[in-house]
Order: sequence, then structure tokens, then C-alpha cells
Amino acid sequence: MATSVRARPDGSPPPAAPPSSPGRRGRRSAPGGWRSTLYRWDLKAIPYVFVAPFFLTFAAFGLFPLIYTGWLSLNRVELGGDPTWKGLENYTDLATSEFFWNALLNTFTIGVISTVPQLLMALGLAHLLNYKLRGRGFFRVAILAPYATSIAAATLVFAQLFNTDYGMINGVLGWAGIDPVNWESSKWPAQIAISVIVTWRWTGYNALIYLAAMQAVPQDLYEAASLDGASRWRQFISVTIPSIRPTILFTIVVSTIGATQLFGEPMLFGGSVGISGGSGNQFQTLSLLMYEKGWVTGALGQASAIAWVMLLLLLIVGGGQALVSRHNRKKLGG
Amino acid sequence: MAHTLDKPRTEPRAGRAGGRFRQTAGRQHHAGPLTYVLLAVAAFVSLFPLYWNVVAASHSGERVVEAPAPLLPGNRLLDNLSFAWNQVDMGAALVNTTIVASLVALSTVLFSTLAGFAFAKLPFRGRGMLLSLVVATMTIPPQLSVIPLYQIITDLGWFDQLQSVVLPSLVAAFGVFFMRQFLVEALPMELVEAARMDGAHSLRIIWHVVFPVARPAMAVLGMLVFVQAWNDFFWPFIALTPDGNPTLQVALAGLGAGNHTVDHAVVLTGALISTVPLLLVFAFLGKHIVGGITAGAVKS
Repeated sequence: MATSVRARPDGSPPPAAPPSSPGRRGRRSAPGGWRSTLYRWDLKAIPYVFVAPFFLTFAAFGLFPLIYTGWLSLNRVELGGDPTWKGLENYTDLATSEFFWNALLNTFTIGVISTVPQLLMALGLAHLLNYKLRGRGFFRVAILAPYATSIAAATLVFAQLFNTDYGMINGVLGWAGIDPVNWESSKWPAQIAISVIVTWRWTGYNALIYLAAMQAVPQDLYEAASLDGASRWRQFISVTIPSIRPTILFTIVVSTIGATQLFGEPMLFGGSVGISGGSGNQFQTLSLLMYEKGWVTGALGQASAIAWVMLLLLLIVGGGQALVSRHNRKKLGG
Repeated sequence: MAHTLDKPRTEPRAGRAGGRFRQTAGRQHHAGPLTYVLLAVAAFVSLFPLYWNVVAASHSGERVVEAPAPLLPGNRLLDNLSFAWNQVDMGAALVNTTIVASLVALSTVLFSTLAGFAFAKLPFRGRGMLLSLVVATMTIPPQLSVIPLYQIITDLGWFDQLQSVVLPSLVAAFGVFFMRQFLVEALPMELVEAARMDGAHSLRIIWHVVFPVARPAMAVLGMLVFVQAWNDFFWPFIALTPDGNPTLQVALAGLGAGNHTVDHAVVLTGALISTVPLLLVFAFLGKHIVGGITAGAVKS
């Protein structure tokens, strides 16, 4: 293949070769020195030109705001007003605010009850999809369908299904002889309902990621295991799971990042009291608290401090992930 | 030139994607009845809320909030659609969302391919460090930038204007990384060198070598970014207003959270309008999207 391209300059010049190209006569007929300068400039500068759009966009809409938010978090800032210096007061205020600790705890509990079942079910589904199946394509697309819905659409549909008075979920529980659950105003039911929405949207997506990783596991590992008399379940635990551990770690980190930022589901699930995370803040997350501080109360400095605390949490998660994967690599002798 | 380059475009792709699945499939175990039962349950749970969305959008608002909830479609779908279209103006929101998602997808694919090519195949000073920086930016949550962004767009007079949603999303770290991973493997260095020996400058190489080789990955990235931009909520909710220039998600948030006298059938009709276009895309391109999601995740 490559030789066919290389063979060309040896034979007849390629039809699109620059010197014979009529369109660029003016530039190309310039003296050799000028052309080679141009060529060298092209080689040297063009990589930077190609990566520039990303870094310019990031500088303007990512890095600058990141730093500016950090500076704002050290000030008292009202919406539309000028900042006045406060030092670390916004952070110490957070540390003594019961709303902050409530939101932090809610973010954590909703995160756990949405991420853990989601990834376990995804693992199971991927295992099932990895069998030789009729209608494989249908099952794959069907479990991915929730990924096509938006946070807003999914939450509005589930808010109806979870409605305490007429919702279908209480209806089904009623058949089983269970009293209606107040999904909106009781703390744990509300957090579970929100987690169900998150889990519904993401389980299929994660299952497909696991499936792809499972299909890359070498078959001889399974053959060796079954020669040793390992059952299917034993093979799943002792061969499949360890082989796809990096992928599992990847999905844990991605889901954790997503859970830390949870905003739309609790807000829309709460309806008219969604902004404050329910009538008793029972499902207010850090993002919701930040929005409430910034855009309802107008205290942008405090909102900025919450945003920086979130970054800190994610850095801890990222650092933990780096430690675990380094540990894994060492154990594998890599 | 483009002629001789036709071949590698398909060769490495087909060899990897097609081959791996077929190779393992032959030695896979057959699924038992229990597997089918469990998968059918999973498919039902995945699809039922979507089905019920259609059911609810075809009843009156009063019927939707009566127990027991309706299970079969009613006859009010067209009425609800025309109400959502004319009174609530979901039509305008649909147009806005299409514009935003298309622009974001096009520019992300273009810029990510250029940057991905540079990171994969062009030597330059600081390449490794800059690539690490790209990856690192993926962990920064959007919450950290919304406050200054909000001030910037209000100062520029862009509040409630679509460009405030499009501009920050022109190119994404994920896209750059995704294209780089693809091009590292799929684009032989000899092709780039040969084209250079032919005297092609970088833009010609992009057009005649990189784009043809990268086309399958560009298509996948375009679809993923389109879906993401279509469904994006947090920043559009801050930058746009439901009554001004909303995307579908912002309009839906206004319908669901704002008014106290909500017609739930209309809210769910709005949800349906936002979901159906993507579901159609998934129904037709499902296999490719499945492949794209897995390709993006497994390699990193």
C-alpha cells in the first residue's frame, strides 16, 4: 500500500503535484528560498495552529473562568455588583452552614445509591449480552435507548410515574399490598426516585462499555479455566472481572464525576420546590445549592466557593483513581 | 492522489472492528432461556418509560393525573402536539436545539480532527505536555465556569442568545482525545510522509489524507457530540430563558418547574418532541452509535 504511494515520484509526477498545478502558479513559482521558508514554517507552526482552537476555547471559556471563580470565592459578590474582599470567609461560612453539609451528604448518598446499582446491573447485562444471542442488535439498542433521552424529558416522565397520588409505581406497589409511598416529600424515597432516573438513563450505556471490554478478553483464559473445572459463575468472577478491571475503574470515575455534578434530575423532580431540593432540602445537591446561592440569593462569592469545593472533591477522586491504577499496574508487574 | 489513498481508509477499520466480534462469536456459549428472560426484562424496563411518554402525550391533561394511570394510547396526540407547537412554542425550541447541536457537532468534529491529527502524527515541542493538559481538562466540572461565563455573556449582551451556548462548546477535550486515539492507529505515518514528499502542504494533507482516513471516527464523534449538545441542560438553563430563546431542554424545564397550573399532558408532549428526533437517529444508526460509545471508552 505505502509502496504504491512512494513509487509515484520515481515514475511520472503525480497529476496533483504542486508545480504542475495551475491554480497555485503564482505562489509556487516564487524563488526556492522563499518556498522552503514557507515549507519550514508550515512544518513548524502548523501543529500549533491545529491545536490552537482547543486551547483558545479552553482559555476563554474554561481556564479563565476557573481562576476567576477562585478569585470570586474570596470576595463578597452580589449579582451585578462589585466584589469586596472577604478572604476565606466564604469557605468558613460553608463549613458552619448546615445547608452545605446537608447538600454534601445528599450528593454523596444519591451518588452511592445511583452509581453502585447502576454499575452492578451494567456488569450483569454486559455478561448476558456477551452470550451468543438471537436479536443481539435489538437488545443492545433497546438498553441504550434511555441514553437518547434528555435529563429533562426523563425526569418529567418519571415524576409522573413516581407521583404519590396517581403514579403508576405506587399503583404497582398497591397490587403487591404495599401502601402508597410519598416519593417527593420523604427523604429516602425521594433520593431513591432520583437515583432510579439516573440509573435508568445510564445503565445501558455502561453495559455496552463493559461488553466491548469483555469481548477483548482472550478466549484461552476461559478455555484454561473450564479445563480446571471452573463454573460459569466462577469464570465470571475470576476471569472476566479481573480482565476488565481498568474499564470498571474508568466507569467508576466517570459515574462519580457525573454524580458530583447532579443538578437537572433533582431540580426537575422537585417541581416548584426543585431549586431548593424539595420542601425540606431533602434532596438538595451541591450543584443545586450552588445555583440557589448564585442565582436565587444572588451571593455569587458563596456560589463560587461551593464550585471550588466540588473541584477539590473531584481532585480527590482523580487522585484516588491514579493511586489505584498505579497499584494495579504494580501488582500485574507492569 | 486521493485515488491511491482510497484503500487504507477501509482496511484497518474493517480488520479491527469486524474481525474482533466475529472471531470471538464463534467460540461464545449459547444463551439459555434465563438469559433471554433477563434481557427481555431489561429491554422492557428501558423502553417502557418511553412508551408511556407516548401514551401520556396522547391523553388529556386531566386523564394523565387520574389513577389508575393510562396504559394504552388515547386520541389527543394531535391536539397536544398542536398546543405544544402553537401555545408553548416547542417548535421554535426544536429549531434552536437543531441549530445549536449541529453547529457544536460540526465545529467539534472539525477542530478535534485537526488537533487529534497534530497530537497523533505531527512532531512539535510540548506535545506530550499539551496532550496531558487536554486530558486533565476533562475532569473540570462545568459548575466551575458558569459564574464568570454568566457575567461575560451578560456584559456582551448575549444573555438568552444562542451563541452563549454554542461558543463555549466549539471544541471539547473528549473529541481531541478521541480523534487522537483513532488516528494513532488508523493513519500510517508513511501516508503523511509520502504526501509531504509529493510537496503537499499541511492543509492538502488534511483534506486528502487525514479526512478520508478519519471519516468513520468523525461520523461517530459527530453523533456523540450531537446527542450530548441536544440534551445539554446545566449551562443552557442558566444562559437561556424558557420564554425567550430556549433550547428544548430549557423550554421543558420551564414547562415542568415554572407554572403551577401545569397541563401534564402538554409537558409530556414536550418531552416527547425532545426525545423522538434522537430516538429516530438511534433506531437508524444504533449499531454505529453502539460501536462509537465502546470505541471511545475502552481505549482510555
